[in-house]
Parts: sequence; C-alpha cells; structure tokens
Amino acid sequence: MVANGPVFRLLPRLDDDVAFYWTSGADGVLRLLRCHACGFFIHPPGPVCPRCLSRDLGPEEVSGRGHVETFTVNYQQWIPGSDPYIIAWVSIDEQPDVRLTTNLVDAGPDAVYCGMPVRVVFEQNEDVWIPLFTPITEGAS
Amino acid sequence: MSPALTEEPLERRAIISGVGQSEVGRRLGRSDLDLTVEAGLRAIEDAGLTRDDIDGLSTYPGMGAGTGGFAGPTSPEVQDAMGLSLNWHDGGGEGAGQMRAVISASLAVAAGLARHVLVYRTVTEGTAQGTGGRQGIGGGVGGGGGGGGGHVPRFGGFMQWPLPYGAVSAANWLAMVAQRRMHEFGLTREQLGAIAINNRANAGLNPKAIYRDPMTMDDYLAARMITTPLCLFDCDAPCDGATAVIVSHRDVAGDLDHPAVHINAVGTALRGRPSWDQFDDITTMAARDAGASMWERTELTPTDVDTAQLYDGFSILAITWIEALGFCGRGESGPFVEGGAAIARDGVLPLNTAGGQLSGGRLHGFGLIHEACVQLRGEGGERQVVRPGGRPVEVAAVANGGGPIAGTMLLTRGIR
Repeated sequence: MVANGPVFRLLPRLDDDVAFYWTSGADGVLRLLRCHACGFFIHPPGPVCPRCLSRDLGPEEVSGRGHVETFTVNYQQWIPGSDPYIIAWVSIDEQPDVRLTTNLVDAGPDAVYCGMPVRVVFEQNEDVWIPLFTPITEGAS
Repeated sequence: MSPALTEEPLERRAIISGVGQSEVGRRLGRSDLDLTVEAGLRAIEDAGLTRDDIDGLSTYPGMGAGTGGFAGPTSPEVQDAMGLSLNWHDGGGEGAGQMRAVISASLAVAAGLARHVLVYRTVTEGTAQGTGGRQGIGGGVGGGGGGGGGHVPRFGGFMQWPLPYGAVSAANWLAMVAQRRMHEFGLTREQLGAIAINNRANAGLNPKAIYRDPMTMDDYLAARMITTPLCLFDCDAPCDGATAVIVSHRDVAGDLDHPAVHINAVGTALRGRPSWDQFDDITTMAARDAGASMWERTELTPTDVDTAQLYDGFSILAITWIEALGFCGRGESGPFVEGGAAIARDGVLPLNTAGGQLSGGRLHGFGLIHEACVQLRGEGGERQVVRPGGRPVEVAAVANGGGPIAGTMLLTRGIR
C-alpha cells in the first residue's frame, strides 16, 4: 500500500469559475460543467462550450465512475516528508475525453492498471473537497 | 508538400549563419546575462559578423517565467548589455516549443524586418537549484513537511489541477505518458534505457557535457525511481549555460567561411487540446501535430534525415518524437531503439549526438539546435556522424518540447 497523496496538499483558489467543482464533494457528488445546448462536458470549466459555442452552461452531476487511463507511483520528494503515492489520469465514464488528474486511494501500486474501473471519493481540506478515486471492487455497488 | 502550400515556405529564406555557446556546467555561479553575452558574441563572430550587424533579437521564454534559473535574461536586458540597435525584437514562452524564438526569427528575416537576428536561450537552473535538488512547478511552496504553520498560497490557472495531487512536475505527467505507452505498445524500461545509454555514450565525446562517464543497462536499471516508470536517468540534467544562433537571410550564405545551415521547414501545429491531461492521444500529444505539419511543408521525407536531435527532457519524449517525425511507425519506437544500434552514431538514425539533455545538460532545446548545426557543418570532431559511403550529414531534424508543447525544424547543409 502507498499513501493516498502527498503529505501536504497544495490547494486551489475557489475562483468563481471553479468553486462549484472544488466544493462539489460537500454532498458527496461530483459535478462537471455541461453545455445545455449540446450536452458536452467542459473541463476545465470555461465561459463557452468549445464544441458548439453556446453560453448556456451549468454544473451537472455525474456518476463519479471512471477508468484509469494511466498512472504513476511518485517517489520523488517534491513535497518533503511524503510517502510514495499514486497519481493518475482518470477518464469520466459519461464522456471519456474528460480526464481528471487525481490520486488513487486505497489502491496497491501493483494492482493498478490502465483501464481499471474506479469511483470518486472526496477528501475535505479546509473549504475544498478534493476528488480522489478508488478501485471499484467486485460485487460492490 | 501540402496542396495548401502553393509557394515556397517563407522560413526557407532564412539560414542559421552562426552558432555560439557559453561555458556549460552543473553550477557555474555566473549570471545568466554574463553567459548570454558570451554565447552571443561567439555566435556573432562565428557568422563573420560584428555586433553592429545584429538588428534583431529573440529569445524563449523571457520575462522571468518559470522556476529559478529557468527563464534567462530578458531581451531588453540583453539588448542593453550588448549595445544593440534593433529593427525587430521578440521574446515569449508561448508557441512551438523553445525553438519558437528561432522560428519567429526566420519569419522576421523572410519578411524583411531584420537581416541578422541573435536568438538565445539561457538557463542557470544548476546554480538556482543549488544542492537542494530539483523542484516541481510550484514545488517548495508546501515544503517543510507537515505544512501546518504559515501562510501557503493557493493556486489558480492550469496548475490548480495537478498541484493538489502532488503531481507537481512534468516528470509525473510524462511518467504517465510512458506508463500508457507500456500499456498500449509494450514499451519497456530497457527501451527507455536505450535512449539514456545512447545519449551518455555520445556525451562522452562532448567535452561540454555534464555527465560523461559510461553508463550500462545495469547502471540504468539500478538508478533510484523518481516516478514510475521514470528513474533518475530518464530525467535531464539541470545545468548552467547559454546557447545562441544567428538567423540571417539566405542571400548571405555564400559569404560564410563554413557551410550555411538552411531552414528547410518548420513544424508548429497544435491540433489537439493545449493541455497535459486533456490531450486526445496521451501517447503522442503535440509532437504528433508539430511533426505532421513540418512534413507538410517540405518535399524531403523522414528517410532523408541523417541525424535527429530530439528533445529529451525525459527519455520518453525522445521515444515519442521518433514516431511523431515518422522515423518508425506508431507504437514502434520502443523496438526501434532497443539495443541502441539504430540510434547510434553509425546507425540508421544517429540520435542526440552531443548527449542530448539527459547527459549533455538541460540547455532546453537550444543545445539540440546547436548540435544539429555542428553536425551539418561537419564540425563534430570525434562525435561527427559520417553516413554510409562517407557521405556527410546533409539533413538534420530537430524537435523541442513535450506534452502539449512542440516545435520542429528540418535543417539542411548548404552547398559552399
């Protein structure tokens, strides 16, 4: 087993365009900005849909399920005192070209693989709910 | 050439008439401006020019961008230090990789905005990092372990996405590129190691290289892990040094006392999303687009290339560039480099003949441009590539950048 992330998390500013994303986990649900005109999920959030150019956008719930596109086990002491931790790019099942940079938690580094199904969990740090992902185990909901 | 291109590419009106490099070392303790002037004056002399002939100035990235020692001096500082009177000047960190400064200079010369442009890239990352080691982007901010006390700034912009996860370095992001290539194409650590070992062997013949002792596969595999699957020897060597080139109009090519280096084509495209984690194809990223766009601007083909100087800030980037420039098929670069024969100086594609950034030092793209010119001019000494049948190096491909940042140039040897 490895750590669930660096010993210390640098946090995002809750700027107007991203505050919904970084606080979405307060009720345990992941939300992404979505275009109401064409249905495209826009990440990172922007002022306009890059596909159809509509400005009719708003945060929408997603299932929180995704797949590990790729990952790395970090050993370098960028943030001193950290134990090894897993960084991943996870694709979102509703729209797999949306990828979230994240940590995999409660995951053994030797058990992780590209294509592994995962689900979101949140870790609260101050006023930020950091989306993390954990393996979906057989038979679990 | 692309059907869209109905006339000769404008960059072909430009040549690299001179090259110059400062002292290069791990920690020189000299100022970035001092190193830049040294490289600049050498390049001017090499081109057979004087300071007063220089009427253009260009650099990457300028204006204090990045972590300590990364940016080098600004163009106004260099202009003032060297007493230059300029008709055109440019500096910036957005564009087709580090070589964007050379590409824009070539277009300025073609447009008649300047006759002779001094282009430089200077790093003092070795001195700036001191003995504390390499930091991530934004790294050090949360240092000190627990992070319990004191005010820690928060982040906006693109770094807000990786920083909370300790994904603070391009090493992490490119490790994920490598891992994905292992999944899709069966890339192995030994194939990554072939890049590191090749570059180390070449660095042994480059007196300015940072790391010159021979490296074996056992050495490579035993190195400490940075971020799987990348180990220490997959990461380039921070250093101090300045590299300069003079970009001139091709009508002065005949005045040089050495073969001119012609700019045949440049590759500048970024057709996917400009993002590390959102780019459509993790295994290629922007190298795919820059490489494709370069070949659309020339009648030369990958088989014409005599040496490739491909960005190796991390070994995986050279792996990616080999495919992006068409030297092998998609997914085939691992087997292509395995064992090292194909990329050795006497191989089908002599690669990073001065040691690249992995062993030559992280001169950030411009060391590779410099070496392409050296090889085209036949001035490589012990490490000079000679092609089958004794033919000289006539075509060199240079690539800069990684992830969503990419630029390429195809350079050719002028006929004296």
